[in-house]
Amino acid sequence: MTQTTPSSTMSFVEIINGQPLERSALPDLPLPQFQNTILDAVQDGHRVAALFGSPHQDPAKLNVYAVLADDRRGRFQAAYTSVSVDGFPSLTPRCPQAHLFEREIAEQYGVKPLGHPWLKPVRFHRSYRAGTDAWNRTATDVVQAGVMEFYQITGGQVHEVAVGPIHAGIIEPGHFRFQCDGETILHLEISLGYQHRGVERAMQGGPNKRSLHYAETLAGDTTIGHGCAYAHMLESLSHCRISPRAAAIRGIALELERLANHVGDLGALSGDVGFLPTASFCGRIRGDFLNMTAALCGSRFGRGLVRIGGVGFDVETTLAADLLKRLDVAEQESRGAITLLWETSSVMARFEGIGTVPKDTALELGMVGPAARACGLDMDSRRDHPSGIYRFSHVPVSTWRGGDVFARAYVRWLEIQRSIQFVRDQLKSLPSGELRSAVAALQPNALAVTMQEAWRGEVCHIALTDAQGRFERYKIVDPSFHNWMGVAMAVRGKQISDFPLCNKSFSLSYCGHDL
Amino acid sequence: MIKSLITRFQQGYRTIGYPDPGAPEPVMPARFRGRPVFDSSKCPADCRQCVDACPTQAITIADGKIKLDLGRCLFCDDCAQACPEHAITHSRDYRLTVRQASDLIVNSDQEIKLAAALDGKLRKLFGRSLQLRQVSAGGCNGCESDVNVLTTIGWDLSRFGISFVASPRHADGLLITGPVTENMKQALKIAYDALPDPKIVIAVGACALSGGPYINHSEVNNGAANIVPVDLFIPGCPPHPMTILDGLLRLLGKIEAGKS
Repeated sequence: MTQTTPSSTMSFVEIINGQPLERSALPDLPLPQFQNTILDAVQDGHRVAALFGSPHQDPAKLNVYAVLADDRRGRFQAAYTSVSVDGFPSLTPRCPQAHLFEREIAEQYGVKPLGHPWLKPVRFHRSYRAGTDAWNRTATDVVQAGVMEFYQITGGQVHEVAVGPIHAGIIEPGHFRFQCDGETILHLEISLGYQHRGVERAMQGGPNKRSLHYAETLAGDTTIGHGCAYAHMLESLSHCRISPRAAAIRGIALELERLANHVGDLGALSGDVGFLPTASFCGRIRGDFLNMTAALCGSRFGRGLVRIGGVGFDVETTLAADLLKRLDVAEQESRGAITLLWETSSVMARFEGIGTVPKDTALELGMVGPAARACGLDMDSRRDHPSGIYRFSHVPVSTWRGGDVFARAYVRWLEIQRSIQFVRDQLKSLPSGELRSAVAALQPNALAVTMQEAWRGEVCHIALTDAQGRFERYKIVDPSFHNWMGVAMAVRGKQISDFPLCNKSFSLSYCGHDL
Repeated sequence: MIKSLITRFQQGYRTIGYPDPGAPEPVMPARFRGRPVFDSSKCPADCRQCVDACPTQAITIADGKIKLDLGRCLFCDDCAQACPEHAITHSRDYRLTVRQASDLIVNSDQEIKLAAALDGKLRKLFGRSLQLRQVSAGGCNGCESDVNVLTTIGWDLSRFGISFVASPRHADGLLITGPVTENMKQALKIAYDALPDPKIVIAVGACALSGGPYINHSEVNNGAANIVPVDLFIPGCPPHPMTILDGLLRLLGKIEAGKS
């Protein structure tokens, strides 16, 4: 199945979602060729799905792996290079998509991307390579979230606003530092890491009995998304095929997760502009979708539904009939609540033209998910890199134009309608098959990439196994990792009072970013 | 405007009746995993399948009896699936909240010592109005979401005088979720210190009770009680909103002590 492409990524090896590759088949490229290929590929419309470090057997070197996504052809391209631990030329000045990935490499392995224009910690933890630190902090220096140099603008009228880590609502922590001229935001710097629980580090040496639970709680509102990506990884590396029935049930759960979160977000957006009817209705209807997931597996967040080799619970005829009935009611009530938004001028006045991210910016930053689709980017890994049920049943991709709060809200509404239709179709024609298929030992010395379109966008997991078939490195990229910079861009030059609305319109994960 | 009113009419009145007298008891989903039930009499000698399967070392066996630490339990069913004798089942009982950390450890043949109400002065102060500041300290947004849901019209937490406020200065207590990451430890302490006395702390979810799936990671502090004194422990991963509501109402003495 592997083949090289005649395009700009000729020197990289081509794989598809969930197809394991012998590590010996992965090209080991000289650094200039590795970087130039990435640059050419991004120029060509590929995206950097992941760029990460992994230890080299020579302690003076670090391996750096790249996985590019070629959405048009439904392929990933992968390769690796080795760099000196004394530093390597940064790719970021020529490729903004690499910016956070290179900061992450610096933080995790104490290896500096030289010439990086914005080299700051990502999650504020000590380097995995003991005794090294990209910021020359010693063992006695505190490594504490938020302790770094923030970008500052000076001038008579300029003032600084610091928000967080603890926020006013019931939400996760993060720090936002605004440079303002009066009400106008000149610059927003977002500094996260407060939620860092050390998941990637703990995944090394796995899989073990906690691994699936890590995946399910990477971002608790994306239990199914990350759970599916992780399970798909183990199934890929053990050449296990899940049954069509299991795949369909996973698809139903993934879309219910999308529905609950999208409906909840539209309600929260409505609340943020002071339109309480839709805020109240959607807050409750979100629960109806969560309760459908609970009917499937006992947990409103889908804990325990995804199991390695399939699913933990069946959807019997009576349950399918019950869910169909509930889906009809939820659809009707969602429609009533959500269409009120588009018909209320006070809401539209606050949604339209606020928090605009130009399409070019979204492309340059490598944004994903509904936030990218709201900028007119026609991408959705359910179509572009399909796995499981999405190889057989297609969900139309919902895009809008404008890249403002309205577009991000409206894309959600389009997706809600299409997800409901998808769930309904699946429930009406559930294929047969075993709930769980047997999983064997993992393929040793392999690399695999799995991707799922979760509700915020693409969840990407990458595993490198060692000679014993254990995880030598497990890389997780939550969609929020690609999109946080989009929030900073959306509010630049806008009123600071619009920040909560802009932030909610992205609805990104803190713990998914912080891992 | 007319459309808003019509929609309002169509959406109807949707707040649950519980715990009003005469209101129907809440019905949990058929597959809901509530309090685990162990039948130690079925356990073969020296069998440790459940102990070994548990991702958080929540289960111990002593003198042939299974003991479970509800604070560590993820309600994940890994133990039940590993059990060769089907000695472990999940009841649909959502009532899990306790006042003491030691009450989280339950024997297979013992009832849970459900939370008692605040006493004396605290109950007088908070019984009819409890303002809480929520702090997520490494929570995955599961517990946060199902705490948040209590403020929606389906549950309408404010009818009990409980609400969430934007500043610890305005609060009577903290509601903590997450294992308390190293990176949130200081912020949590500052928030706690900023609360006026007397104050209470409520820990929600396996992470906040014990570290949950992240127990013993160097990046976390194995739960809120290692940083601040905790007055109420609400188990679950995440707890169902009913579990959280039940816990809060017991603390305020709004569910009769006799009704266990």
